[in-house]
Amino acid sequence: MMLLLKNISKSFGGVKAVDKCTFEVEENTITSLIGPNGAGKTTVFNIISGLTKPDSGAIRLENKNITGMPAYKIAQSGISRTFQLTKVFRNLSVRDNMLIAKKTNDDEIKKILKSVYFEKSLDTIASELSYGQQRLLEIARALLMPHSLLMLDEPTAGVSPIVRQELRKILKNLRKDGKTILLIEHDMEFVMDISDTVIVLNEGRVLKEGRPKDIVKDKRVLEAYLGK
Amino acid sequence: MIHEFIISDLTVISIYVIVVLSFNLTVGFTGLVNLGHMAFFGFGAYASALLTLSGVPWYIALPLAGILTGILGAIIAAITVRLKGDYFQIVTLGLVFIAITISRNWISLTRGALGLPGVPEIIRNNFHYMLFVMAILTACVIFFYWLTNSETGKIFQAIRDDETATAILGKNTYLYKVLSITISTFFAGIAGSLFVHYIQFVDPTIFDLEFFVLILAMLIAGGLASIKGSIIGVFSLSILLTSIRFIFADISPELIGAMRQMLFMLILILILIYRPRGMFGKVDV
Repeated sequence: MMLLLKNISKSFGGVKAVDKCTFEVEENTITSLIGPNGAGKTTVFNIISGLTKPDSGAIRLENKNITGMPAYKIAQSGISRTFQLTKVFRNLSVRDNMLIAKKTNDDEIKKILKSVYFEKSLDTIASELSYGQQRLLEIARALLMPHSLLMLDEPTAGVSPIVRQELRKILKNLRKDGKTILLIEHDMEFVMDISDTVIVLNEGRVLKEGRPKDIVKDKRVLEAYLGK
Repeated sequence: MIHEFIISDLTVISIYVIVVLSFNLTVGFTGLVNLGHMAFFGFGAYASALLTLSGVPWYIALPLAGILTGILGAIIAAITVRLKGDYFQIVTLGLVFIAITISRNWISLTRGALGLPGVPEIIRNNFHYMLFVMAILTACVIFFYWLTNSETGKIFQAIRDDETATAILGKNTYLYKVLSITISTFFAGIAGSLFVHYIQFVDPTIFDLEFFVLILAMLIAGGLASIKGSIIGVFSLSILLTSIRFIFADISPELIGAMRQMLFMLILILILIYRPRGMFGKVDV
């Protein structure tokens, strides 16, 4: 098992964002975390990556306890992630963006960028890239950083249909290469196409977990999305 | 006469460039708006003055002033860098007022408002001292070029652009921010030492906000995150300053001082409106 969350809870003031959330991510799989807005998906991501400390519960990465560790240590432990709103280093070049993730040579950087269909020059300043290109750069950067688990927060949000298709190919290729991916995504067609496992969150709790074809038929999932 | 005047200006300008370069490291390259930077410059000046007045040779006092200022910077940074944005700025601005209060009231050490006169010269000949300061400036410029293009320098810039993204790439941003302020304050201390051994006097007015506004205007005019900008920013505003002195030679010094303040504020406002990156800046102010 790659990742285990056990009874993770987090409240902000009086609002329970995550409530005894428990799930696992198996190695060499794509696991998608879905749920209506406010279900607690991004909070779960932030807790796993150390940006938010949980009130209770435990997180294990490859059987190592990473609960409450600072973000940089969790990253060093092997979790690489992207954000819902891209977080590239706007005033740095593409090359420097990549070098922050890992000290390496241009050949490796180009190889990773090519694998995500990124075509701009290494000297381009990140702020000059389109939003879709920034998204690809952020994914490439996350891939370059040595990791065992890749977490992508809404990778298709705000990108063109072309980039969306590229992302689908990228994720399928990564899956083929044996990568373990945890994904937050709203595009159901995208999720159902690429996921091995889907976890449905609602009001901070795991509502349903299973294979995509089982999830789409579940009455409680439909109710959570569409209402009773 | 003119010769001496140019020597004097070039010496002070060279010291200002070191101050602005060190200020740019935190503000421009790391995104930490340390409004208390001049407190460290003043601390370096007092440290060097007190050391040499108590018999320590200048070649020990000069680096020691930098090291002591860097240590002070590291301690203050360790406490304050977790503060975000405005809170960090307010706390660091508070350092200036703490420095003013201490320098005015710790009379047994600083002689209060009377200041410390008779600070020993490093080199008696002004021309030679100018060359000495310029040599140190050259070393500083080379160091800052190297640092800002190094892996550490790139991490400083990544923190400036997005601290969260830097942390999730496995970088301990807290330590890097403390390091940035430590290096910056070390050089502020060196500049303070060079300054005090040139004017041979230090009093609490070294912490005046007027001086800070001048340094801030030079930084912004040259541009953030640009070494070249810091050098040209200092030179261009210094030339402007000198020109005012000549053009309005008949006006009283008090009035000239006020005019200078107004002019710097006007320059700052115009730059912020029409050219937020200054002359060579790589990021917006």
